[in-house]
Amino acid sequence: MAQQPIELILLKQWAEHIAIPVWIMDADGNLVFYNEPAEAILGRRFDEAGEINAEELADRFVTTGLDGHPVPTKELPVVVALTEGHPAHRELRIQALDTGQSRQIEITAIPIRGQGGRDLGAVALFWESAQR
Amino acid sequence: MRVELWGTRGSVAAAGPDTVEYGGDTSCVQVTGPEGEEILLDAGSGIRLVSGSVAGAGRVDILLTHLHMDHIQGLGFFPPLFDPGVETHIWGPSSTTLSLTERLSRYLSPPLFPVRLRELPNTEVHDLSPGGFEIGSVTVTADFVCHPGTTLGYRLDTELAAVAYLPDHEPALGVERFPDAPEWTSGNTLMMHADLLIHDTQYTDSEYVERVGWGHSSFTHATMLAERAGVRRLVSFHHDPGHTDADLNRLNREVTEAEHSFEFVPGRVGTVFQLA
Repeated sequence: MAQQPIELILLKQWAEHIAIPVWIMDADGNLVFYNEPAEAILGRRFDEAGEINAEELADRFVTTGLDGHPVPTKELPVVVALTEGHPAHRELRIQALDTGQSRQIEITAIPIRGQGGRDLGAVALFWESAQR
Repeated sequence: MRVELWGTRGSVAAAGPDTVEYGGDTSCVQVTGPEGEEILLDAGSGIRLVSGSVAGAGRVDILLTHLHMDHIQGLGFFPPLFDPGVETHIWGPSSTTLSLTERLSRYLSPPLFPVRLRELPNTEVHDLSPGGFEIGSVTVTADFVCHPGTTLGYRLDTELAAVAYLPDHEPALGVERFPDAPEWTSGNTLMMHADLLIHDTQYTDSEYVERVGWGHSSFTHATMLAERAGVRRLVSFHHDPGHTDADLNRLNREVTEAEHSFEFVPGRVGTVFQLA
């Protein structure tokens, strides 16, 4: 597997040390890491889930709007950050992988741009709305 | 490819009777390519004495890992930069705000230095982002590595050999179980299966604990990386200015006596490697 750019390596190290759920996407839209607080919401340890490629993501994580209707993929904050290159924020519901329980979360995604204008991926911070 | 160590000390030059064997000059490594390419890795105080060794070369390339003083201080004391007959190229990390020329000019201008960078007669300055480029028959790969400020590591490949140079590198920063998986380890691609890895070994294990975040590795970190990357030889480098020859002999002996998958070579000034 190819080495990640240093910006994502440092981002992962930071994510491993904070208590806010974080997930990290690479430039191809693959989910390459989420931290322990994110595991608590998503319902599976990252070491068990492993990296998830862009095509599988929508199938693995079922998300809906607060009204229960599906959110078009292109409107998901991480997809907006990756494809449109700007921060995005949204409140939605996501199904935990272990119990299937639907949790209401707020998610903010930010594109990661490295030195020299390299698009490296996106980082998403999220939290359960009730905890706000 | 021929590789010679001209400056092996880290942080600040440390001349004196206790640093004669390993050298007191700061980072500079000369790489001579198969077609006579003259490439200098960093321009610490060790570069001062290289000029005689590159005499006659029509072109010299200086690859800077970063702009900490121990890596650029020798620039003003390298005669080929002032010789209009020598084409010189200075390569270094890009920044989001200032060009490499602007950042180097902070040092190469009064009041810190009497000569301005723009007054050098035949010098081109190149901002580098991660990627590859050619210097004659040598392929240079640059990538950002973990060290305070924007810092590059380099890999130089020819048809027959590869040298990796990571003099200031703290891949253990923030990693709970070092080393992490290869894809999450800073510098891994640069080091992979290199014939020669010149790597930061500034600290002992106990010193590292007191200096986490300062941007450097311990001997243990460097040996673990070398093992993981499957290199042929590891050279200790960027010696702490507080480490005497006696200290380094003891530390290097500990590594030499342990069993490794690579050959360990203590980084002494003047050491020459002739790679196939």
